Amino acid sequence: METGTTGETDRPAWAGLPGGLLSLRRLLLVVWTAVLTAATALPLGLLAGAEWAALGAIWLPALVWGWVLLGRNWRSWRYAERADDLLISRGVLWHRETVVPYGRMQLVEVTSGPFERRFGLASVQLHTAAAATDAKIPGLAPDEAERLRDRLTELGEARSAGL
Amino acid sequence: MTAPVPPPPGGERRLHVLTPLRRAWVPIAATAGLVAQQGERAQEWALALPVWLRLAVLAGLVLVFGTYGFLSWWFTHYAVTDSELRIRTGLVFRRTAHIRLDRVQAIDVTRPLLARVAGVAALRIDVIGTEDKDELAFLAEPDAVALRAELLARAAGFAPAEATALGEAPDRELLRVTVRDLAVSLLLALDTWAALAAGLVGPVLVWALSSSPWAALVALLPLLGAVWKGSAARFLTGYDWRVAESPDGLRLDHGLLDRAHETVPPGRVQTVRIVEPLLWRRRGWVRVELNVAGSKNGILVPVATREAAHALVARVLPGADVAALSFAPSPRRGARWAVPVWWKGYGLAVSRELFAARRGLLCRRTEIVPHAKVQSVRRTRGPWQRVCGVADVHVDTGAGNTVTARLRAAEEATALLYGQAARSRTSRAAARPDRWMA
Repeated sequence: METGTTGETDRPAWAGLPGGLLSLRRLLLVVWTAVLTAATALPLGLLAGAEWAALGAIWLPALVWGWVLLGRNWRSWRYAERADDLLISRGVLWHRETVVPYGRMQLVEVTSGPFERRFGLASVQLHTAAAATDAKIPGLAPDEAERLRDRLTELGEARSAGL
Repeated sequence: MTAPVPPPPGGERRLHVLTPLRRAWVPIAATAGLVAQQGERAQEWALALPVWLRLAVLAGLVLVFGTYGFLSWWFTHYAVTDSELRIRTGLVFRRTAHIRLDRVQAIDVTRPLLARVAGVAALRIDVIGTEDKDELAFLAEPDAVALRAELLARAAGFAPAEATALGEAPDRELLRVTVRDLAVSLLLALDTWAALAAGLVGPVLVWALSSSPWAALVALLPLLGAVWKGSAARFLTGYDWRVAESPDGLRLDHGLLDRAHETVPPGRVQTVRIVEPLLWRRRGWVRVELNVAGSKNGILVPVATREAAHALVARVLPGADVAALSFAPSPRRGARWAVPVWWKGYGLAVSRELFAARRGLLCRRTEIVPHAKVQSVRRTRGPWQRVCGVADVHVDTGAGNTVTARLRAAEEATALLYGQAARSRTSRAAARPDRWMA
């Protein structure tokens, strides 16, 4: 474990997210588009005639657009563990970058929902005494999430400071 | 009133004997409300009963409520040990609150009007995450003051025997707001007039639109509440505002009807906000507001000259020199398009100890946070801000509020993000310990 440095720390070594989250989100997007298409096409086809069912295709551009957006959003997520703080950067249009010093962490949380578990994913969330701190890294591999949790907890204890 | 007898250390104590009256209030008020609501039916029902039964019912009610009040008083104990204050309550559902003394943020003695008449006071203990229940209401006034002094002394790390003997630490007056200044400052505050105008115009408007005086009356009531809060209530709480310095922190005494006696321990203040309404600026007046984690105290001083306010802030945030801050405005090129006109109000100053952001053109607010209190730093940028080449930097503190430096040039914001993280880290390393007088 490195010791705390006082001056400017080294350039952050950014790490991206594994591909699982993108696959999960894209799958969900496809499923939802399919559901919406069916919900549009079926009533139209039954009530107004078979040719009207083609209107269900209006969801296709949305699918393509969402596909691209999800990819861009996924690529924008990255995090870096520096000697004394954790950096999280995300967002394409609304870009946000958060710095949380390890000493300020009150709680580290690893969560994994049913879909995430199916895809072998877990999220790590950091809580500080400030409610506005939004330090969450979604879609990590469970091993990485646990490694991160243990490391953050360890560093948090080593650099702990009061309020 | 006799001098308080120092109780055995660690022994359990009870609240003041008059407390049951206050506890019994709740059911009595509920019954009264019920009777008032049912009005005529209750009257009919009561008249149908013979006199002795009516008296019996009344006696029964008094007995039940009296017993309730007595029991809740009888089963409420508190004890002070070396490291904590223990409050034990509840007859059926027992609840014991252990309040760690080294985590106490502030201790206030409040004296509501009726309690002042009865010579009792409530002791409110501010701890992060505490509930309203964690107050000792009521204690005899001298007991409350003595207990407060004892708790503060223990929290500051004095030995128990010393702590009881020490009594309340002496204080030195720093500032006193005269009644005239307070009244003038409220008259010059635009929000007082806005509240008054809303209170007058609102009902008239409703009356004109609905042509029903009843609707106007219904609209008037909540508005009157707002008007009261915006004007008279501010006068009543701000009356005879006194700020004094003592070894255990700054003392605030204020209030005309309800006297409050608050202490702001040094090193617990997360952010300070200096508010300068438009009409106050010619007189050089400001209001200073505070954020202390887990505390409800919001105001340090309702009105003071700028110099006096800066001197006070230097006491609350040790080492802070507000007067020396020089605010850099947002870059004209980008900010002009991101937020037209109002961008001129934004400013940022970073000194060795402080991060200060200013906003507002008419009512200028300067928010100050010491680097050591920063929990996390964020930089955000929306699409339009990206086009303009500016970004916002947010600094989060533990009292649940965020200080935002708006519309900084993109490179500056990035440098600020990393620089602020480094500054917070280094000044945290030099921060004071939690036991502030030890």
